[in-house]
Amino acid sequence: MKTAVIQFPGSNCDADALHAARLTLDPDAQFVWHTEAGLPEGTELVFLPGGFSYGDHLRSGAIAARSPIMAAVKEHAERGGFVLGVCNGFQVLTEAGLLPGALSRNRDVHFHCAPVHLRVENAHTAYTEAYESGQTIEIPIAHGEGNYYADPETIARLEAEGRVVFRYLDNPNGSLNDIAGIINEGGNVLGMMPHPERAVELLLGSEDGRGIFESLKACVVK
Amino acid sequence: MPTFTAKVFVTLKPSILDPQGRTVERALSHLDHANVSGVRVGKYIELTLSGERPGVETQLQGIVENVLSNPVMENARWELEEVREVAGA
Repeated sequence: MKTAVIQFPGSNCDADALHAARLTLDPDAQFVWHTEAGLPEGTELVFLPGGFSYGDHLRSGAIAARSPIMAAVKEHAERGGFVLGVCNGFQVLTEAGLLPGALSRNRDVHFHCAPVHLRVENAHTAYTEAYESGQTIEIPIAHGEGNYYADPETIARLEAEGRVVFRYLDNPNGSLNDIAGIINEGGNVLGMMPHPERAVELLLGSEDGRGIFESLKACVVK
Repeated sequence: MPTFTAKVFVTLKPSILDPQGRTVERALSHLDHANVSGVRVGKYIELTLSGERPGVETQLQGIVENVLSNPVMENARWELEEVREVAGA
């Protein structure tokens, strides 16, 4: 599955994202610098990695969401192409309007860095078919601004449409409805605060994140 | 006892490099707002204090100088407004 990992100044999980993509999806996965006008020909998955794009200045993800490559990422998403945003990547997706809501400071204003347990709420998406709905998985988080917020109508809609894909079992940041990851209406854009790319090998403590990449791969083969 | 709302504005001194302001300015320039310059990012802090005005002003000045700002690199100014109780509110 041809994968492009977007690098913004300040992305610091880009190498992890590339490693996970090469290991699980595409041995030729490559970085794409944020000033590029277009994605490499044939890109199937755009991976927006975690980190602190532009030092989180202004608002986390705000400046990255308006960088040149994002126009191509939006077109890709509108064509139904897959876009996975992890941590800062999730913040970029909400700032870019590709996913609803916003991520604000953790409720206790602490930075949380720990493995957390998630419930897979919807295993019928391109990103989660390798799991079962209701399954508990362990994936690390590392963020200071992961407190998911959206207005009540949006939350109700996300819930009604099964678009809350992952939920925290022990909410670390105050996210409404314990939301850890959501998907767009088309089912091709997923944003999540936990880092599945850091849970793809037992050496890393867990390979529970692998299912996301395996689901995508299976989806493309189909 | 009167109650006051204090609005405190903290900004970096003009001589201090503001990397956050510079980053925002560059982003605006890339978004075709090339005529925008001098972007500085500061802090805005609200406080509620109660007491008589002269005492509150002295206290607030101390809080602003000693806690809310670092006079080595920041300028700070404040506004103090008495909160009027609205009948029936």
